[in-house]
Formats: sequence, structure tokens, C-alpha cells
Amino acid sequence: MSPDTPHLDPIFGRLTLGDIPYHEPILLITFAVVALVGLAAVGALTYFRLWGYLWREWITTVDHKRIGIMYVVLAIIMLVRGLADAIMMRLQQAMAFNGSEGYLPPHHYDQIFTAHGVIMIFFVATPLIVGMMNFVVPLQIGARDVSFPYLNNLGFWLTAVAAILVNISLFVGEFSQAGWVGEPPLTGLAASPGVGVDYYLWALQISGIGTTIGAINLVATIFKMRAPGMNLMKMPVFTWTSLCVNALIVISFPFLTISITLLTLDRLFGMHFFTTELGGNPMAYVNLVWIWGHPEVYILILPAFGVYSEVAATFCGKRLFGYTSMVYATVSITVLGFLVWLHHFFTMGSGANINAFFGLMTALIAIPTGVKVYNWLFTMYRGRVRFDVPMLWTISFMLTFLLGGLTGVLCSIPAADFQIHNSLFVVAHFHNVAIGAIVFAMLAAIDYWFPKAFGFKLEPFWGKLSVAFWTVGFFIAFLPIYIAGFMGVTRRTQSFDDPSLQIYFVIAAIGGFVILLGVVFFLIQLFVSIVNREKLRDTTGDPWGGRTLEWATSSPPPAYNFAFTPLVHDIDAWTDMKERGYRRPLDGFKAIHMPSNTSTGIFLSVLLLAFSFAVIWFMWWLAALSFALMLVIGIGHTFNYNRSFHIPADVVARTEGERTRLLAQQG
Amino acid sequence: MTTTTIMSHGKGGEPPAFHVTEEHDHDGASTVIGFWMFLMSDMLLFCGLFAIYAWLGGHYANGPAPLDDGHGGQLFHLPVVAANTVIMLLSAFFCTMGMAETRKGNAGLALKWFGATALLGACFLFNQFSELKHMEAIGATYQTSAFLSCLITLVCAHSLHVIAGLVWVGVLTVQVLQHGLNAANERRVVCFSMFWNFLDITWVCVFIFVYLMGVIR
Repeated sequence: MSPDTPHLDPIFGRLTLGDIPYHEPILLITFAVVALVGLAAVGALTYFRLWGYLWREWITTVDHKRIGIMYVVLAIIMLVRGLADAIMMRLQQAMAFNGSEGYLPPHHYDQIFTAHGVIMIFFVATPLIVGMMNFVVPLQIGARDVSFPYLNNLGFWLTAVAAILVNISLFVGEFSQAGWVGEPPLTGLAASPGVGVDYYLWALQISGIGTTIGAINLVATIFKMRAPGMNLMKMPVFTWTSLCVNALIVISFPFLTISITLLTLDRLFGMHFFTTELGGNPMAYVNLVWIWGHPEVYILILPAFGVYSEVAATFCGKRLFGYTSMVYATVSITVLGFLVWLHHFFTMGSGANINAFFGLMTALIAIPTGVKVYNWLFTMYRGRVRFDVPMLWTISFMLTFLLGGLTGVLCSIPAADFQIHNSLFVVAHFHNVAIGAIVFAMLAAIDYWFPKAFGFKLEPFWGKLSVAFWTVGFFIAFLPIYIAGFMGVTRRTQSFDDPSLQIYFVIAAIGGFVILLGVVFFLIQLFVSIVNREKLRDTTGDPWGGRTLEWATSSPPPAYNFAFTPLVHDIDAWTDMKERGYRRPLDGFKAIHMPSNTSTGIFLSVLLLAFSFAVIWFMWWLAALSFALMLVIGIGHTFNYNRSFHIPADVVARTEGERTRLLAQQG
Repeated sequence: MTTTTIMSHGKGGEPPAFHVTEEHDHDGASTVIGFWMFLMSDMLLFCGLFAIYAWLGGHYANGPAPLDDGHGGQLFHLPVVAANTVIMLLSAFFCTMGMAETRKGNAGLALKWFGATALLGACFLFNQFSELKHMEAIGATYQTSAFLSCLITLVCAHSLHVIAGLVWVGVLTVQVLQHGLNAANERRVVCFSMFWNFLDITWVCVFIFVYLMGVIR
């Protein structure tokens, strides 16, 4: 499309054999492993005749619990890729001293740090929190499904194909080399003529659409489908944080969409939004993208706070301290999140007053966050603390997060920021909160809600080892990065001149391997628990002595979640029910109205994947074809008026009878 | 605490009901609020476009400007734009009339109003397209300057929404003819009506913020 494009092949566009990196051994080995694992998976599915099951029960499902689980599985797979990138970077930086270039040339190294950031934010952290919210929120509010089950399925598949697009870039062409927010002019056509930035832009675009769709669904669900009696100030804290997060997504993601759309227009049609000529201004992109980018930080952290609140209350055996202040703190973080974006570029030169305003707003966020930390501490105070794995994550979080929060306040001071801007200090700070708060919370959440999802607990031994190695590994890996950054070492550096710095990077690399062990122990924990699942079986539906409604139903919950919609009288609805001698109804079951499965979500998503791949490589025939098919399928879907069915009363009665039998066995 | 509180919340007494016995299907109860949220996020997309126009809209790069197209004329043809604004407002009025007929259950009449809405939408698009053609003819393209990139992207984003609206009217007409104004179709009509009024408001913002302020500054 752009005027200076050379001759294009009518079928393959600008894709040539030279774009397949078969001469790079690292990629070749990776491809071989991916291909082998993929073939093994396909073979196993065929051998055990699981394709039909997979299609009916998972791929086309509109069950919020299964969609939530699929999000988490996607995130764990992508975590492995993101972690591999991290380890490669740590090795490179530990080696590239004294004239050595390390083992990664700049072209490759720059793709790795970009891919690491993009994958960890968009395809690990985001699917983890979205998956958790999807699984937990409808159960916590006593609902049987969500407001828009089909859109929920579509949102997941859009996220999944975006992740696939990022992985395609590994083997066909290249990925962006310009950092995870893709700031021009480096991402402009002049500096990055290749397909890397295009892969980046389309992957973000698709996952952004998926996330927005999912968020609209969850906000509507929380507003419209809460069980009777659960007014806003009786919602569990995790649901409150989910509401705020999804509102943040609906408000902030349009700005991501618009920034990357305009950058795409610059690259595809030669427009001049962010170029350095004919009136374009790259800082316009930086401003626009951070209007999304900073709220994104809170989008990731607020559900983490929600998880810690649930875990702290449950494992201390008492109501969360300061429920109301927790809600107000969450809401004020939500609002303040939109007033701080400029602190990502104090050095732009917008003037002392503007910098002071954004610096103050940033520092202010420490107050509601501090309120939360004290609430968790006071929940533990005089509680009967049980040191199960989720609680250990929470305690480790409180220690780690204190450091991350304090360095955040340090970064919020514009004068200090002029020294540490673009340095490794910032890298250490945001990894401190990203790992210490978000990752720890999600690992706690997996441990906490796993028995609800699958009906058996996770083996605590390996979980505790994972907590220990993640925590210790974090400090070994990132304290040296803090120190190096404070001395002025810039981020995204491929090799170093000053040999005295090497020791910091060697220590950091060791820390990276300790974290890697933490992840390995987590995977072992999953494996060992699946093997020993009969021993770890939970037949009560309430293995931890939970306080909220998700523990009122069986583990795993039936497709309809609750045979009868609960009536809520208290913040800790389930505790209230237990204390007041609630008896499970044993008869009188009625047919339950549920949404039907749909395959539109996966078809649309795969076509969008084909469309974006086509546009990236200028295969215009494929772009036109997939776009037309998307219209046909998308509009065709609206002609289907039969989107729900009833689970017959006798099926409900049989399911509930089985639960009665299990509970009686328990004694 | 009062006695009533103790009665209803105390551990003693008869426990209250903990579940609902009579339930209703909840088909489509969230559709309108969900679509409203979609529209709000769509509006924020336009906010982004307006923001970037506010920043870069004055960067003419020695190329065409609102009052000087480089050929002795004006780039902004206010009479055409004003006519388009009237068309858009009128179409929103027709759309609202169609909505009113829908509420009365008058499918035939409602479809006629929506047809008229679509017709005006098509006229609007024709005018927009001719303006763009004219601009291209005098060398004012989206590659000429940041100002023109912003302007053309903004009006094209709006026009794409109008095209989507026309497709929607077409599909909805077929569906109403097939199934009448059942509950699902009525919800769709409500959503379409919100969508079209949103397009109308957006265009009024374009008219004021881009065209009127363009000739003033």
C-alpha cells in the first residue's frame, strides 16, 4: 500500500522464503520443540478420540467457568515463553562484558525484550486476571452465567489468536524491536520498515478488542446479575475490584486502540500522525498510549488486591478488616489511575507545574494503597492465621510490595525521575510490583480456587517450595538491578563497556534461575496434584472454610452453579449461611434456563487472525476474503434466535442428589 | 442495636430464607446496558481522535489549510458541511420516529421510518465521499500533512460508523420482516436507535469542533 513498497507477489505479498529464520539455531530448536509438542498433542487428542469432546465442551463453550479456566491455561503456556525470554536476557546481560557481544546480536536481543514485555503484560498477566474474574465473579455474586455468554467466548478466542499471532512472528518474519509500548519514531516506517512492528500492532489490536468485549460483559454481569439482597456494599471485595477493573478497561482500552490504529495508519498508508515530518509529532503517541498504559497498571494490580483480600479473610478466619475503606480505596485508585499518565515521561519537558501535578497525583496513590496494606495486616491481627499456600503468597506479597511501593513513590518525584528515567531502576521497580503483587496474587488465586475449579486441592509441599523460590529469587534477581539502575545503567542495553557492573548482572542471572525453579516447582505441583487427585479430593465444596458464595456450591460447580439462586443478607454471605444453620434444599428442583454453546467465537477469531496476518504481509486477496467471511459469519450469527435451552429438573435433581450423597459420606 | 435488628440478624430465632424459590429467565436483561457501555467506549475512541486533532490539527506543513486550499479557494466548504449536518440531524429524527412506532408495535411503519433514516445516511455518505474526492483532486490527501491525516481519519471513522449503521438497518429490516417485532428484535431496534443518535451527536461535535472552529481560527 505505501508508495515505496517494492514489487509484491500476488499471492504471498511481501513474504519470501528469506523471512523464515531457518538459519538461526535458537529459533530452529524452538520450532522443533513446539512442532513436536504440537504433534504429540494432536496425536493424543486423535488417539483418545477427544476432538469432539474438546469442541463441544471447551472450544464452543459459553460456560464462564470453562472460559475462565481456558484463559488461565493460555496464560500459563505464555508464561513459559515469557520466562524463557527473561532467562535469555539475564544470560545475555551477564555475558556481554569486556568486549564480548554475548550470544544474542542486537537484532535478536531487541526482539526478545519487546516480546517479553508484550507477552507478560498482554498474554500472561491480563489473561490470568481476566480468567480469574471470569471464573470467580459469577460464583461470588450467586449468578448462573454471565450477561453475554457468546461475547465472553469471543473475547477469549480473540485473546488466544492474538497470542498465536505473537508466536507466529517467532517463525515467520520477526517481532518488534521497539519495546512493549512501541513508541515512535522508532516504530515508524522509517526506523522499522520490517514486519515486526506490524505483528506487534495487530497482536495488541486483537487482544485489546478481546479484553474490551470481556470487560463489558463482566461490568454488565456485576450490575445486572447479582443475587437478590447483594447490594453494592455487600459485594465481596474481589467482585468490587473486578467491577473497578472492568470499568477501567472499558474506559482506557479505547485509547490503546486509537493509538495503535493511528500508528498502523502511519505505517500502512503513509499518514503523518507520529512521524517527524509534515507536522507529525511522536510525543502525541506517547501521551495517548500512556492514557491507556497507566490505567493498565491498575487493571492488573486491583484484582491482585482483591485476591489478597479474599485470602486474608479466609485464612485468618475473620471478616476482612475495614471492608468499607477497602472499597473506597479501590474506587479512589480507579479514579486516580487516570490522572497520572504523564509520570511515564516527566522528561518530555512539559513544564514544572504540569510535572508537579502529575508527581503529586502519583504520590497520592500511595495513600489508598497504604490503607489496603494496613487492612490486610489488621485482618491478620488477632486472627487465627492458617499458613496454607495462598496465605504464604499473601505474606510474601506484603513484604515484597512494601519495597515496590516505596520505590514507586521515589519514582513519582519529577526531580528524581530525571535521574532514573529509562534506567534499570524503573525496570526493577515495575518488576517488583508486577511479580511481588500481580504474579504472587495469581499464584495464590490458582492455589485458592483450584479445588473449586477441579474438585481437588493442590499439593502444598511443592506450593510452599514455589513460594520460597519465587520470593528469594525475586530479591536476588532485582536488588542488583535496583542498584545498577540507581547508578544510571540504562534499560534495554545489549552489551556493556564498564566491567565493574558485571557482578550485578551475574547475581541477577542467578536470581533469574532461582525464579525459574519457582516456576518449575509450580508446574511440578500441578503435575503431582493431578496424579494424587484422589487423595486431595474435596467433596465438601468448601475446603478452606470460605466466606463467600463460591464456596456454597459443589467443587467443581455444576454447569448451572446454583440449583437455587442464593439470597444474601451479609457481606460474608456463606459464613452467614453457615453460622445461621443453613440447610441445603434437597427437593423442589426446577428446570434451569442456560445459554447454548456457539462456534461463532472461534470462527470469527480465526478469520481475524488470517486477516491480520494478511495485512501484515500485504496478502490483499486473503485480507479481502477473510474480511468478507467475517461479515458473513458475524451477521449470520444474528439470524440465530435460539440461543438458550433448559436443563431439565430431573437432571438438576440427579446432580444435586449426587452432591447430597457425597456430603453424607463426609459425615 | 434495636430489637428488630436482633430479631432478624441474631443467631437465635428462625433463620431467614437463603435462597429464591421463584425464578425467571433473564434473557436479554443486560443487552441495553451492555450496548450503552460499548457506545461509551466507542465515544472514547472519538475522544482520542478529537484530542489528536486538537493537538495536530493546526500543523498544516505549508499545505492546504481550512481557509486556503492552495488554489485560491477554501478547503472547508461550509455550505456542504452544514447541509450534511442538517441531513444527519433529520435522519436522527426519523430514527426516533421509527423507535416510537416500534414501541407501539407498528412494525410496518417503523421499517418505513428506518428506511428513510438509511436513505438520509446514504445521502450523507455521498456528500462526504464527494468532498474527499474533491480534496484528493486538489492534492489535499492524508499524506499531505498532519492536519489532513487527522481530519480525514476523523471524518472517515465517522463515515465507517455510518456505513455500519446502513448495513445494520438492512439486516434488521430482514429480521423484522421474518420474525416481526419480537422481544429480541425490539432490543435490537433500541440498540440501533442508540447507535444512530450517537453517530448524530458525534457528527455535531465534528461540525462544531473541526469545521466551525476551523474557519474561526
